Amino acid sequence: MKNKFTLFQAKKLLEEGEITSLELVEDCLSAIEKYNEDINAFVSLNKIVREKAKNSPKPTPERPLSGIPIAVKDNFLTKGIRTTASSKVLDDYIPQYSATVVTRLENAGAIVIGKTNMDAWAHGSSTETSDYGPTKNPWNLKYLPGGSSGGSAAAVASDMAIAAIGSETAGSVRGPAAWCGIVGLKPTYGRVSRYGVIAMGSSLDCPGPMTKDVQDAAILLEVLAGKDPYDATTSPKAGEAYSSLIAQDIKGLKIGIAQDYLLPTMAKEVIESVKTAAAVFERLGAKVEYVKTLSPAYAIGVYTVIQRSEVSSNLSRYDGVRYGNGRAFFAEEAKRRIILGTFSLSSGYQDKYYKKAQRVRTLFIEDFEKIFKNFDLLIGPTLPGAALKLGATKGEAMFGEMADVLAEPSSIAGLPGISVPCGFVGGLPIGLDIIGPQFSEARLLKAAFAYQGSTDWHTKRPKL
Amino acid sequence: MKNYRPVIGLEVHVELSTSSKMFCSCPAEHFSKKPNTQTCPVCLGLPGALPVPNEKAIESTILFGLAMGCRINRESKFDRKHYFYPDLPKGYQISQYDQPLCYEGKFGSVGIRRIHIEEDTGKLVHTTVSGKRVTLVDFNRSGVPLVELVTEPDFDNVEAVVAFLRQVQRIVRYLGISTADMEKGSMRLEANISVSKDSSLPSYKVELKNINSFRFLKKALLTELSRQERILTRGGKVDQETRGWNEAKGETFSQRSKEEAQDYRYFPEPDIPPMVIGEKEIERLKGILPELPEVKRKRYEEEFNLPDNYIEVLVGDTQRAGYFEEAVRQGRKAGISERQIAGFVVNKSLDRQFPEPAGLVKKILELGKEEYSSSTEIENAVGRTLKENSKAADDFKAGKSEVIGFLIGQTQKVLKGRGKPEEIRIILLERLNKN
Repeated sequence: MKNKFTLFQAKKLLEEGEITSLELVEDCLSAIEKYNEDINAFVSLNKIVREKAKNSPKPTPERPLSGIPIAVKDNFLTKGIRTTASSKVLDDYIPQYSATVVTRLENAGAIVIGKTNMDAWAHGSSTETSDYGPTKNPWNLKYLPGGSSGGSAAAVASDMAIAAIGSETAGSVRGPAAWCGIVGLKPTYGRVSRYGVIAMGSSLDCPGPMTKDVQDAAILLEVLAGKDPYDATTSPKAGEAYSSLIAQDIKGLKIGIAQDYLLPTMAKEVIESVKTAAAVFERLGAKVEYVKTLSPAYAIGVYTVIQRSEVSSNLSRYDGVRYGNGRAFFAEEAKRRIILGTFSLSSGYQDKYYKKAQRVRTLFIEDFEKIFKNFDLLIGPTLPGAALKLGATKGEAMFGEMADVLAEPSSIAGLPGISVPCGFVGGLPIGLDIIGPQFSEARLLKAAFAYQGSTDWHTKRPKL
Repeated sequence: MKNYRPVIGLEVHVELSTSSKMFCSCPAEHFSKKPNTQTCPVCLGLPGALPVPNEKAIESTILFGLAMGCRINRESKFDRKHYFYPDLPKGYQISQYDQPLCYEGKFGSVGIRRIHIEEDTGKLVHTTVSGKRVTLVDFNRSGVPLVELVTEPDFDNVEAVVAFLRQVQRIVRYLGISTADMEKGSMRLEANISVSKDSSLPSYKVELKNINSFRFLKKALLTELSRQERILTRGGKVDQETRGWNEAKGETFSQRSKEEAQDYRYFPEPDIPPMVIGEKEIERLKGILPELPEVKRKRYEEEFNLPDNYIEVLVGDTQRAGYFEEAVRQGRKAGISERQIAGFVVNKSLDRQFPEPAGLVKKILELGKEEYSSSTEIENAVGRTLKENSKAADDFKAGKSEVIGFLIGQTQKVLKGRGKPEEIRIILLERLNKN
């Protein structure tokens, strides 16, 4: 089944004429037909995907993704293809323009196979708050895939797409990648354009690749990274040729184990997996030692307040006047966040909540700067445990923030992180998070690639 | 206004005439354009759209601030101002809150509290469609750059307000950053009006809106001041509120209560990095500031011997003033007076006909030749003058030679100034000496 190939493998076979794009697409579509009803990874499918595949020539250096079917999270606007952010407010919204990420993918020849399910408005870490039903974890349909990019993670884990795009505000790419046993890269804030991504936390949102292995993530990042004149927060720093930088050795790389990320409440397998990973890095020539960081627990309040404040502002355009349905279509979680965010910004409370949160945010930025003077990378678990059962989020208003505690410090500091599969707990995957300073994606990918070369967690696939 | 002193502060909005809108590349010129034909995801507030600031607009705002004597904030930023209204697509306006581009200025005796840049909203049009009364929204204006100038409440008379506004209009036109046309809406005014019995600031203020022309500005302000004085004289209290000016009825009317300030939940715009304005940039902008109207007026009064109304017209248009000065420079070589040039420019608008000042000078020389009176005309004029001024003629003959000046002047009057002074003198003397 050709849908099981990685992006790198599929690309090579297409280049050599061994397979055609249509064959690739057909195999993905039959996987979707077989499994999507149970897994519910997709909200919409691209109606003209076969035509696109038929008209796709072989990949070239100018169009490196030609003919490759990629799933895109449903908060990325795709011109002419329904885009909902998994909310009934946008149930029948068909965008008049595409996100820069989508344009870059299509200019590189990629085919958008469909739009994936997510927590509505990206408000969550489980994909359980989607207005179109939860996505299930392909490893065990009774379990959650993580969120908010759960649909993208599940689509890749079950080979319904060759690769996928997600977005992370704090944990929404790395989290589901860990729970679904795939690779998830959250780039530096400002590395990849947010233009055309339905805004959640404007100072936090990062589009990122979700792939079967590290090499695929590097290939996608290379296409996506770079300054966008339509996004004033993108960095003027040019992107790098990441796919040609990953094979460099990591001898002498200084890696810190974030000891404050190893929580006593965690499953011992999680802590063990990090120690094992540290040993792998040492064998590869890196210098590994424990390092103290500002406790991630402090990041929860900071993240919650800043994110909800920005959310309450970003959702005010959905008034039903120019597009979409009216505000009555907002579900509970969205309403909760709007109310809390409005409160944090309101007169008399802004100083105490929003401004204070921003100041503590600076403390995290400074803490990381201090650490990265002596270390090249940090490692820790991506999440405190493996996937939780469906229904775990019911009645837990702070579920997301608690689950994402380990991703929040790097997210609020705008730093890049990559989650790679590193083991299993009770038959469910867990991930190792590798964090670096701003714009250190090449270093991140290099370390992740080296780790992948010494392990085989990333090759495991769920039995569907 | 016998017992009460007016206390007036102004909020002036000026639409910049940049080519693009403030945060997107849609055209900013929207007057009379077909509705919703100049929009894009950004100014429509579509999902996922992001603002990218217009550098020219920021530059124009700083220039305006420099012209108004303001200090320029070395670190400035945009903020989101939240409120719901159908003409505000994002549900917030991108404006500036606590770090405006310009602050603490002084223009004459008027304190300028701040000058900042923000985006304009769309326009609501109330109409009837298929028999139903509806309100339509046109987003062509949404996102157009708007400069807001706020003064201290330093005005204590209406004339000063009108004069100040005319100066602001002139400066903005001088800088070439806006047409500042009140009738077209590219300059809008709100006045904060109260009255005080003593030197203290009153505890209330009334915001007067919807003043759409200079013509009614004075009347609107005076009407409101009288209204407040009447209430206070009766022992009542003036409500803090927003009032509109009704041109037809010639009175102000209550629009909404300003008792509680709305909470706009301002916070820094996360989609736009803060701006750092360096010394070099400020020096560069100071360097391109043109000579401002008041400075030019004083200079013209000293340098050129022209009637006030001529100066007023020339100073009112920076291009015409420049043209005039160049024409004067060239005219000096040809012996043409600045008064003549001013006359042709102001009265006959010959600067329109001759785009190059050199051309105008040439034309004036030609006209000069044609327009001098002929010898016959002078003879006739002299004859008439001597007849009408026989006493003066007798005085001259009696030895009062200085009377000749008077007689030349009188002759010149008859000739409507077209006589060559030397020729008149010669012919006069001939006649006088004949008899």
